[in-house]
Amino acid sequence: MISDANLGLIMYAIALMNIGAIYAILSLGLNLQWGVAGLFNAGIAGFFAVGAYTSAILTAPDSPDFLGGFELPIPLGWVGAMIVSGALALVIGAATIRLRSDYLAIGTIGIAEILRLFLKNEEWLTNGVRGITTVPRPFQFDQPLLSELSFLGMTLTLLLIAYVAIERSVNSPWGRMMRAIRDNEVAAAAMGKHVERRRLEAFVLGSMLMGLGGALMSQYFRFIGPEATEPFQITFLVWVMLIAGGAGNNRGAILGAFLIWAIWSMTELVTRQLPPDWAVRAGYLRIFLVGLLLQVVLQRFARGLLPERIRQRIRP
Amino acid sequence: MLIDFINNYLMNGIVLGCIYALGAIGITLLFGILRFSHFAHGDMMTLGAYLGLAGVWITGQPVWIVLPIAMAATAGVAVGIDRAFYHPLRNAPTIVAVIASFGVALMIRSAIQVIFGVEIRSYARGFERPILLFDAVRILPRHVWIIGLTVVLVVGLQLFLKMTRLGKAMRAVSDNPSLARVTGINTRAVVIATWLIGGALAAAGGVFLGLDTQLDTNLGWNLVLPMFAAAVLGGIGQPVGAVLGGLVVGIAEELATYPFFGGQALLSPAYKSAVAFAILILMLIIRPTGILKGRVF
Repeated sequence: MISDANLGLIMYAIALMNIGAIYAILSLGLNLQWGVAGLFNAGIAGFFAVGAYTSAILTAPDSPDFLGGFELPIPLGWVGAMIVSGALALVIGAATIRLRSDYLAIGTIGIAEILRLFLKNEEWLTNGVRGITTVPRPFQFDQPLLSELSFLGMTLTLLLIAYVAIERSVNSPWGRMMRAIRDNEVAAAAMGKHVERRRLEAFVLGSMLMGLGGALMSQYFRFIGPEATEPFQITFLVWVMLIAGGAGNNRGAILGAFLIWAIWSMTELVTRQLPPDWAVRAGYLRIFLVGLLLQVVLQRFARGLLPERIRQRIRP
Repeated sequence: MLIDFINNYLMNGIVLGCIYALGAIGITLLFGILRFSHFAHGDMMTLGAYLGLAGVWITGQPVWIVLPIAMAATAGVAVGIDRAFYHPLRNAPTIVAVIASFGVALMIRSAIQVIFGVEIRSYARGFERPILLFDAVRILPRHVWIIGLTVVLVVGLQLFLKMTRLGKAMRAVSDNPSLARVTGINTRAVVIATWLIGGALAAAGGVFLGLDTQLDTNLGWNLVLPMFAAAVLGGIGQPVGAVLGGLVVGIAEELATYPFFGGQALLSPAYKSAVAFAILILMLIIRPTGILKGRVF
């Protein structure tokens, strides 16, 4: 039999894996945008939140507090999340993608900020600051361990599907074209490649993955509230994950997600031991240190743990 | 009706516009000279505001007296941040510095949160009696100060850029960096001057906003979007454009909540920052060079 203390530890490890896997999906989405296509998305939280709320509204039971009562099956919630975040990316990308990447950064920050206001203020739709607390979660059993494990199986399967799909497309002619555009836009355009169109595709696909990540996160916690759109929790952590793991390398993106999440989550265990007044401050100190970690990686290990591999194949 | 419009909406818009302008000047100068979007600029304003608060606590003087100290201190920190975090990335693609600036934004904010805590603060308590003009227009003394000091700072900056050797060098680097370098301009001095000016003006903007409303640690981050909108609207690399852009965005945000049609506010005040975003997107589509024909990134 498993003792209680061990069970707690196992549950913690599984929860760590679960959230890590969801972050890995977000990180893969960002890798498609930044690592492969060179597109700067500074509003990951916005696409994440749209996905989370869309899937919550589509699948949650009827409630007087927010729009709902559709009670669709959970996979349809994922599909809906991906469609809405993709559509949002299409609109914002169409306006800014032809300009230098700084503009896309401002555009995506803007979208994320406005969504934050929107989700907080439109109570009829989202229940305002209280959020949606009845998001259904798949695989609920009497045994918490079994529920956690089967949810982990689901997230890992989705992560694997996303990984294989992206890996294949990155190694396809489409992926090579994307990297060509990223590395030398003028040359790619001169070769007759449709630069803006390809970029928009990568941006929309990446944002769809972020929407899926949002849907999964809301299901895991059975809750989504407007603080999910706070720039730190999602946008910044995912950036650190991708840069540390190795932008341009899908395995690096996944490794970075699990690693940074583990560091982030385990340092919380330490700060939780502190007295309350110090715990709050130590929480901010943790954020400071993550910021510093990013600077160190950018300056010293710019290519990340698993750098992008360019396959050199010389054809006669 | 008209008086109410001026007192409650237009004046607030002008004051807000001055604050945006002070931040947008730094953003536009930094973009012109270092060629990257400095997303930590809002948090640099927060830093200035809190350094002002520390000054008030330590000296017990009103914030107007400690303002120059806060500006100088923030300018110094700005140069230090450049040295530590942006300078090592100068040879990397500029977008790497943009990523770094997000990290810096977060580091500044969390450092403030560790030191000052997250409670909402203010410089001084007390009620200000508005000044009455023409028996109808009411202006708060602090608004007079904010507008007046902004004018002084902007005029001073213009004189510096047009009259002094260093100011001219800054404009030259902004126009054409490689030409400036081969003509023997000291790029290092230009970079340091840019950070000093950007940091000092950001601190002034932060203190003004803290004075007009309250101090909280997200004060600056919330300004990033309207300030970039102002910089783009005015034309990237154009300080005068940034001032115009700041005023337009500030006034537009306030006027958008005015009940032009009947009793309903045109736009719910909760969505004020959506105005800045709409202006930004519209400019990017119609005229990315901005009012004063700046550079397109």
